[in-house]
Amino acid sequence: MSLGLALTMLTLIVLIPLAALALRAAALGPAGFYEVISDPRVFAALKVSFLTALAAAIANAIFGTLTAWVLVRYNFFGRRIFDALIDLPFAMPTAVAGIALVSVYSPKGLIGQWLAPLGIKIAYTPLGIIVALIAVGFPFVVRTVQPVLEEISRETEEISATLGANRFQTLFFVVLPPLIPAILTGFALALARGVGEYGSVIFIAGNLPFKSEIAPLLIVIKLEEFNYAGATAIAAIMLAVSFLMLFVINGIQSWSQKRFGHG
Amino acid sequence: MDIRIDKIRKEFGDFPALHDVSLNIRSGELIALLGPSGSGKTTLLRLVAGLEYPSQGRILFGEEDASWKSVQERNVGFVFQHYALFKHMTVFDNVAFGLRVRGSKDRPPKAEIRRRVEELIDMVQLSGMESRYPGQLSGGQRQRVALARAMAIEPRVLLLDEPFGALDAKVRKDLRKWLREFHDRTGHTTLFVTHDQEEALELADRVVVMSQGKIEQVGSADDIYDRPQSAFVFSFVGDSAKLPVTVANGDVTFRGAPTGLRTSVGNGEKHIFFRPRDIALQDDGPAFEGRILSMRRLAGARIAEIDAGLGEGAERVEIELPLGVPAEQGSVIRFLPHRFAIF
Repeated sequence: MSLGLALTMLTLIVLIPLAALALRAAALGPAGFYEVISDPRVFAALKVSFLTALAAAIANAIFGTLTAWVLVRYNFFGRRIFDALIDLPFAMPTAVAGIALVSVYSPKGLIGQWLAPLGIKIAYTPLGIIVALIAVGFPFVVRTVQPVLEEISRETEEISATLGANRFQTLFFVVLPPLIPAILTGFALALARGVGEYGSVIFIAGNLPFKSEIAPLLIVIKLEEFNYAGATAIAAIMLAVSFLMLFVINGIQSWSQKRFGHG
Repeated sequence: MDIRIDKIRKEFGDFPALHDVSLNIRSGELIALLGPSGSGKTTLLRLVAGLEYPSQGRILFGEEDASWKSVQERNVGFVFQHYALFKHMTVFDNVAFGLRVRGSKDRPPKAEIRRRVEELIDMVQLSGMESRYPGQLSGGQRQRVALARAMAIEPRVLLLDEPFGALDAKVRKDLRKWLREFHDRTGHTTLFVTHDQEEALELADRVVVMSQGKIEQVGSADDIYDRPQSAFVFSFVGDSAKLPVTVANGDVTFRGAPTGLRTSVGNGEKHIFFRPRDIALQDDGPAFEGRILSMRRLAGARIAEIDAGLGEGAERVEIELPLGVPAEQGSVIRFLPHRFAIF
């Protein structure tokens, strides 16, 4: 019964729409398909989307792990509030995040005005996209790493020190290895979210073709031009690349689970 | 390695965990730190390890003042109650860790590390399990891996924090015996923390009884059990009975009635302590008198809970009655302890 329900939901919400997408894209024919993806503007947009998402996911893997560490190991004033705030990007409408980021990072904004004289432009550049994607993807790594870190007792670190290991050796040989599967999971989630992110990005990106135009925006543009085939072709490519990335990451994850996650 | 703990004080914020604790440990001794939780025994162990630093006082390793040496410099072997094994490493890698993290000039060559690690694994009787992960071992095996890992760095002193606390009773007994043999073979100066008095008395050369951040008594198992020097030690170690008495010029009276017992303790309101089995029943003459509230059978005797003083307020004590004595619930008996202490 519950299995049937789950499968029905999965079919209605995920499988049928995906199949329809594939079918639509297939209707374009190989030649038409090639025509869409060989458009340099499309290729550039895909590149921007995937590379910025990758950069943001890497940044989140590093800073998210650090944040989880601080939340688990330090007791400071306002820790619980800080902990609750981590989830804000999940709850906030992405457009709100986008507008907020523009007001801070535009050349006249709170932080942007200090960076502009240094020649650093964040809003309306790929850098701005990365900033937006870091913001929306931030909770993923923190929330996957945090529970695993809580499981690792401080005693293992103390033992490492009694055995003569310095802080650096303790971090790299004792603390980090068991966290790798969790960090990878968070990284994969942040990456997947980043590739498809639309709302928060379009405000800060500036949307300059070939420079800061993301693939989801291009899909919207194609739809507004009633070019449904073109839109589905881009969508199909994004889907294929995302699948590929998830497969690779899953592979690494199960390998590292065997290697590091024992017991 | 001799270890001298010299007037150590330790405060956590405003909370004093240890007050002026001094203790001399001779090289090769096996010492138990025994006390209830909150007595400061674990803090003392962590201070010796260098996981905490003293607020005042010194810790000497031999002639060397180690008080402010970092934990890495102290070269101590530490074992936690919950093993704290590196779960992502095999048994071999766990034991080899301390040798592998050494700087290149102190690190033995690979073959030498392999030889030493295998020797240690053999010593803790885990040969053949080198490539297992901690998750695939039983509790007792994990604790032995933790011990081998601590021994790998050739520590100057071995520190064990409730080493058997997480194990079930049977494994605990076996491992206890095994640790004693291990210690006799390797001769390492060893300190272990426990709240289990049986473990402390059975295993240690000397027992350090602690309470509320102070050392109450240091001595052999016989000293601690037969000649307790404070009310705390008497009631904490072994079963004991306690009654309020008045001492006047060496005469002990209980509720105004003479007991016939003599003591060298000074005058005043005191307490008399004795073991439940150290009593003799009295037919006449002065004695403690009480009504039996309940009885329960032990292997070779009966334990009677007695309301001493016959109902004028409850002074309940437990004493041991031989099986042959006619006694039942509600009957009155008269007894005197033949070995006792007054504090």
